[in-house]
Amino acid sequence: MGAALLALTAPAGAQPVGATDVPTLIAYEVAGDAITGPLGGTRGDADRGAKLVAERQKSLCVLCHSGPFPDPHLQGNLAPDLKGVGVRLSEGQIRLRVVDMKRLNPASIMPAYYGLPAGERVAATWRGRPILEPGEIEDIVAYLVTLKDE
Amino acid sequence: MRARWPALGLALLAGGVAAGEIGPSERRSGRDFMSAETRAMQADDNSNPGMLWVLQGEQLWSDPAGSKNLSCASCHGEATESMKGVAARYPAFDDASGKPIDLAGRIARCRTERQGAEIPAREGDELVALTTYVAHQSRGLPVAPPADERLAPARAEGRRLFETRMGQLDLACASCHDDNWQGRLGGSAVTQAHPTGYPIYRLEWQAVGSLQRRMRGCMVGVRAEPFAYGSDAYVALEAYLMSRAAGMAMETPGVRP
Repeated sequence: MGAALLALTAPAGAQPVGATDVPTLIAYEVAGDAITGPLGGTRGDADRGAKLVAERQKSLCVLCHSGPFPDPHLQGNLAPDLKGVGVRLSEGQIRLRVVDMKRLNPASIMPAYYGLPAGERVAATWRGRPILEPGEIEDIVAYLVTLKDE
Repeated sequence: MRARWPALGLALLAGGVAAGEIGPSERRSGRDFMSAETRAMQADDNSNPGMLWVLQGEQLWSDPAGSKNLSCASCHGEATESMKGVAARYPAFDDASGKPIDLAGRIARCRTERQGAEIPAREGDELVALTTYVAHQSRGLPVAPPADERLAPARAEGRRLFETRMGQLDLACASCHDDNWQGRLGGSAVTQAHPTGYPIYRLEWQAVGSLQRRMRGCMVGVRAEPFAYGSDAYVALEAYLMSRAAGMAMETPGVRP
């Protein structure tokens, strides 16, 4: 209950994601610079999120972000350090940044993790698919809000 | 995060990349980003694994091949003389096809048309070794893109492709290699994408490979459909990259992580 229904009556500027000729994504409501409610209505699991963030093939987070994760020497520095992100940003702010950072900064190099691929020549395997599923996004959000040490 | 970025975002609402080409005084070879150990491996011909491909190419250069039983040397003589500086000028405009051609494409053309041999496979041992041997004859010489106006459209197209966001990850070459070359992706230096060392021995490949193979790796990495080897698109990207690197010293065979 919640997010999907809210999106149907979303105010201007909160465009539901998805179109008729491509797989439809779960809609969400953007309020300011945040998505307040969890995607799909259910909050995630911080332990699963921690594993997903540290993983290098699927979430890819650590390729650009450093943070309090294993193997610091294999972490990138192309994006803000995630240490203390749970203090700097609210849960909803973190969620929007993971879902679609380009809403806030179109020039960002961060891909929209829950959007339809926007680049040219998307490889067949990935066509029409978001990078992560709603449950995975929520796991990551649940983990990032726990990063309180600055 | 939000407070810092809106102005930049507004300036770039078109969604392009904040592409600023790297100024001439800031240009650095990929070699300068490597560990001291890897630099030393490249610098010493006895430890540079790419030299094995050079030696193989040297052998192939004088081996007769194809239905005409001609070697490269039959027409071109000593590569140390005739091929000096050639790779530094590629891609070049090819009158026969009316479009730019890369060095490997030119060698493949010689194999089929002049020697009557089979079309050598792109990234196959034979073509990679010959290309490496020929390019090695330019080591130490400056990259010297021809002042040929017929190459201008390919260079422009190469730049467009370089600055086009691609793949599910929605990244352009320029997102990293113009805008974030000083950074690290995972544990690896991003670098400025100057193609001075190609074909390179890449430790990750445990082999020598072409610039197109390297670009393919990045395209797969951003989850894009790579271009075909030898395609106009790759040749255009090569032409653009060589023009960015004009004046920098050739290093073939470079060693890279």
